[in-house]
Amino acid sequence: MEKNQPGTLLERERESLLGMIKEEQGKSGYVSEEAIAGIAESLALSVGDVYGVTTFYSFLSTEPLGRHVIRICKSVPCLLQDGGTMIESIQKAIGVGPGETTADGRFSFELTNCIGACDQAPAMLVDDEVHGHLTPEKISEILKSYD
Amino acid sequence: MPEKRILLKNCGKIDPGDIQSYEGEGGFKALEKALGMSPDAVIAEVKASGLRGRGGAGFPCGAKWELARKSPGDEKYLICNADEGEVGTFKDRYILQHDPFSLLEGMAISAYAIGAKKAYIYLRAEYRYLLEGLLKAVSQAKEREYLKDLEIEIREGAGAYICGEESALMNSIEGKRGESRFRPPFPPESGLFEKPTIINNVETLVNIAHIILKGGTGYAALGTEQSKGTKLFCVSGDVERPGVYEMELGCDLRELVVDLAGAEDVGWVQVGGSTGAIIPGEMLQTPLSYETVLGSGAVMVFNESRDVVDFVYRTMEFLNEESCGKCTPCREGTEVMVEILGRLNRGEGVEEDIPVLEELSRTMMLSSLCGLGQTAPVPVLDSLKYFKKDYENRISQSVFLRSLKTVNG
Repeated sequence: MEKNQPGTLLERERESLLGMIKEEQGKSGYVSEEAIAGIAESLALSVGDVYGVTTFYSFLSTEPLGRHVIRICKSVPCLLQDGGTMIESIQKAIGVGPGETTADGRFSFELTNCIGACDQAPAMLVDDEVHGHLTPEKISEILKSYD
Repeated sequence: MPEKRILLKNCGKIDPGDIQSYEGEGGFKALEKALGMSPDAVIAEVKASGLRGRGGAGFPCGAKWELARKSPGDEKYLICNADEGEVGTFKDRYILQHDPFSLLEGMAISAYAIGAKKAYIYLRAEYRYLLEGLLKAVSQAKEREYLKDLEIEIREGAGAYICGEESALMNSIEGKRGESRFRPPFPPESGLFEKPTIINNVETLVNIAHIILKGGTGYAALGTEQSKGTKLFCVSGDVERPGVYEMELGCDLRELVVDLAGAEDVGWVQVGGSTGAIIPGEMLQTPLSYETVLGSGAVMVFNESRDVVDFVYRTMEFLNEESCGKCTPCREGTEVMVEILGRLNRGEGVEEDIPVLEELSRTMMLSSLCGLGQTAPVPVLDSLKYFKKDYENRISQSVFLRSLKTVNG
């Protein structure tokens, strides 16, 4: 394998790594070991290197995720606005806890750090959409719109 | 002191999807003026303005630009840091949503001043819903020929608080793990791809057009000795009216959280995000400035019913999760702090926990690689300074309850 030094052409190709992993995540819903090996080969990087980047970022997953990913904020501004109750409400609504995926593959449920929606606390992201001023009633309405 | 809307003057007024409405409010006049000046003259105005970084670190902006301009080489980069991950901070999101053009104008001026032909906007993954609007704004600015000599590329993050730290951010753009770098070299000399690089926060860049139009000294008329201009504050937590407020620097905390945001029975306020200073309710007259407390502009308000030990514990849990893991003092230090604070919070603390927290704080502040580990102990030390009784009561209650358990077998 050619040496991947700063400033060389290969180093500049490496710039596309995160984008390639994100694309795979978007396409397949996760980044499989095979995908990691494929990306590593195409950029002349080690599998470990690509795996290291993939697992560093919280929006990338090496395990299959559901069709929709619920990321509810567990940071202090949301907790002050009863965020804890909202976390329980989601758990009740979909029947699985944080870090889990529903059996029908519809939702993955994750707790996340501040999503910058503290003025609408408590707030969550479902896929790329932000939902604020949550209440238990509102949560079940919102989740109904994702199938 | 009422709000002073300078940076936010267009928000809610213009259509963020239509560049002509921005032009209608005098948009891109500053760029036109800057392009008629020499790059050195632009930098001189920014230096005269006294503008300091609005992302949290507060480095003088003009001095940084000058370093990058003087660094040898033709290939230089400008990066706009839109990785707004600091807890309780949402001002950059507000600007990107309501007035993206003012950011692009600031970037065009900055790139001209430092000699960059390529710029990146690093947008956090959590703000993906802003991407479309931002791409549209860039393409409109290109069409109207405001970005003739500048290519702006938007790069998305993938979920990592540490990538708001400038050296970690550059690693992320380079396709690497977002770990902090050893410095020196500093980015204006050797940053992205080892080229001279300027990394500015969204809000910092939005100030530039106003500086060019008013002149550096005109801009510096507002604020205090070392804190010029206005600042966006993000008020959240136990308040009636959370939101983004623009205030002249040097205003006091009470005006912001009580008069404007409607807080009552304030127990304490954390200013500047998760690693920010804690101001107890009795000290709300504290001015907001670089000389006192500021950080990113996050202002989280806690009423008297809140539990300070629980809050510090949760904050440390966050910092521990988000530590990039590269340096030992931060990686292990935050881990041990979570363990101790968790023990205190659960009522299992011992008296020795307090001096250990203090000693560990000193070590982390002295020896951590980047701002995360260096400032992670701030809420611990500040809460111990103002709320030591809460810690001590918790420990003595724990000790008492444990002694009962022993007696009862």
